Amino acid sequence: MMRIKNIGKKRNAERVEPDQVGDGVHIYSRDFSVFYQHVEAVKKVKLDIPRGQVTAIIGPSGCGKSTFLRALNRMNDLIPGCTTKGRLLFENEDIYGPFVDPVLLRKRIGMVFQKPNPFPKSIFDNVAFGPRLNRFLSKNELYAVVEKSLKDAALWDEVKDRLHANALGLSGGQQQRLCIARVLAVDPEILLMDEPTSALDPRATSKIEELIRQLRGRYTIIIVTHNMQQAARVSDLTAFFYEGELIEFSPTEQLFTKPREKKTEEYITGRFG
Amino acid sequence: MKRQTRKVLDRSFTGLGFFSIFFLAASLVVVLAPIFARGINAFIFKGTSEFRRLNYEEFGRGDKQKLAEEMDKIRLYREPLARMLKDFTRQVRDESFPGSTQYAGDVKVLNDLFKMLLGPGESEPVMMRARYGQTRWDGAQKVLQSILYKEEWDYSKAGKMGKKILKPRSEIYKGTSLEKFFPEMEKNLDKLLLPRLTFYWQFLTDSSRDSHFFGGIGAEVLGTFYLVLLTMVFAIPLGVIAAIYLAEFAHQGKIVSLLRVFISTLSGVPSIVFGLFGLAFFINTVKVSQSKSVLAGSLTLALVVLPTIIRAAEEAIKAVPNAYKEAALSLGASKFRTVMSIILPSALPGILTGIVISMGRAAGETAPIIFTAAVSVGKPLTLIETLTQPSPALSWNIYNLVTEHEAVEQIRHVQFGMVFTLVLLVLVLNLGAILLRARIAKKLRG
Repeated sequence: MMRIKNIGKKRNAERVEPDQVGDGVHIYSRDFSVFYQHVEAVKKVKLDIPRGQVTAIIGPSGCGKSTFLRALNRMNDLIPGCTTKGRLLFENEDIYGPFVDPVLLRKRIGMVFQKPNPFPKSIFDNVAFGPRLNRFLSKNELYAVVEKSLKDAALWDEVKDRLHANALGLSGGQQQRLCIARVLAVDPEILLMDEPTSALDPRATSKIEELIRQLRGRYTIIIVTHNMQQAARVSDLTAFFYEGELIEFSPTEQLFTKPREKKTEEYITGRFG
Repeated sequence: MKRQTRKVLDRSFTGLGFFSIFFLAASLVVVLAPIFARGINAFIFKGTSEFRRLNYEEFGRGDKQKLAEEMDKIRLYREPLARMLKDFTRQVRDESFPGSTQYAGDVKVLNDLFKMLLGPGESEPVMMRARYGQTRWDGAQKVLQSILYKEEWDYSKAGKMGKKILKPRSEIYKGTSLEKFFPEMEKNLDKLLLPRLTFYWQFLTDSSRDSHFFGGIGAEVLGTFYLVLLTMVFAIPLGVIAAIYLAEFAHQGKIVSLLRVFISTLSGVPSIVFGLFGLAFFINTVKVSQSKSVLAGSLTLALVVLPTIIRAAEEAIKAVPNAYKEAALSLGASKFRTVMSIILPSALPGILTGIVISMGRAAGETAPIIFTAAVSVGKPLTLIETLTQPSPALSWNIYNLVTEHEAVEQIRHVQFGMVFTLVLLVLVLNLGAILLRARIAKKLRG
């Protein structure tokens, strides 16, 4: 499988000298802000997200964590009046550079949404949607990709006998794992997860968490969550957002046991939020 | 508000709702029941031997042998009567005959009515309608009444409208050789015409003979079919593309709002204006055809239904959950791809509803095709001919038959048959839409 190495057209793309970005940093942001009309939802965030690890973003509602996540694969482009400022680099290239094609970008930075949103099609067609987009695959190749993705998403055993049943007939947890399989089929480098378990029951949640642990290392995973235990369970690093600002970014264990900032401590001990 | 008052208000509101729905259903029944009851008459009726003769000679249906036997049977009763009338007519022509002046006029009428009832007999009239007698039993009975009773008008009361008097001819001709003619006629009418219950489904496919005196409405049905088909060929792609543009691609600003207002306004324009526009633009300016043609009519009808299709499709597209769109985009689908493979299939039930409603409308619209497509009489067209030729169509011919046909009283059954067919067509289309929609929606739900 050929990987599209560049984010869109590279001509004149704004580049940052390699020495500025540390080794193993997958997403690099400096003074990065997102505005809705004139409201600054994300304020001057400075964050280096390492390759191949699980990074959790926590914070109270409306703190800009989802906005930041959606900014990473330009899903905010769909919202009228949403603009950005500052630098946000992916593989040393500005995500908001003038020659970036968001369609190609999103193939490399996949996303899983809060509510499971499978298409009203068969399970097979759901997973095959991404691979069918720009590659012409034979029936066998396509089947192999679907099977591999479903296995990676730990869903294969449950659905292998009814691949052509409608995806909306699955349970909520299965639907969410299907959405993960659907993203994996596109073979992205980064997985963005926007509160992927908030609509699921505890059993389904633990399955997803288990899955995240399995996928760790192969993909860079960024997960936004309301659930601090979840962040503690699945992530290597945790970023705490408050009112659009990044308050603290440390290894998960340290953030939950010895937070540097007072605000973080107040939040994780449940004094607000 | 007191609990009691609230309850009363609730109840009265429910009652009012029920009443309006009931009222709607009742008025629908009041309108549709007679149409169905009388329209079915064009398909199922008592057909006479003349009908079978017409069917054999004009449409090549039926058995020659059987028909000949039937004709022989009839001749047995017909010939004495015909001779009676012929003899009397010869007598009256002779001026020395005592009642010559008294009967001369009426005998001529009587001869015409006799031929009208039973067919021309030996002679071969030029006019198609004169070549056959009454093909339907109900028509035959009407003509028999005209034979038995002479219609006279009494104007004796000055300043008042004339009064119709029906005078029995058996009294008028009392004492003449024709006296026995009338009771014989009345007694033997069924033997003269051999009525038999007929299911004439070919009414839908037969073309008419002598401007609807005989035959069916095949040309009209086909014309309506072509008009609807071509209208949809033009309106669906345009409408759906416009809806996709408005809902997904257009920058939602003042210009798009203005466009929407224009579209709504367009749907409120009287359809006769569209008809005039079609004539002025498609025929006179663009010259899609020399004069009226199904093509020009379809283009005009496409304009009439375009707002409906655009509106329905846009609403359907807007109703597709945003989550589907986000999911497709996040997987690296382009906007075009998202629209084609995710949004359109999900919006299909709504779009289809709009399309089928417009099909019903295109089938029923009359005014837009008056100047652009419709003619009162025509032969069934082929698909290629629709590009240059006008055609009769159900909607317009219903109107035309009532207003311009010289003998509409004699072909009421054709008129009701047309109305029945059109109503049935629209109902079937709507039913089909409901079923199709339910099926697709079920498939989407999983």
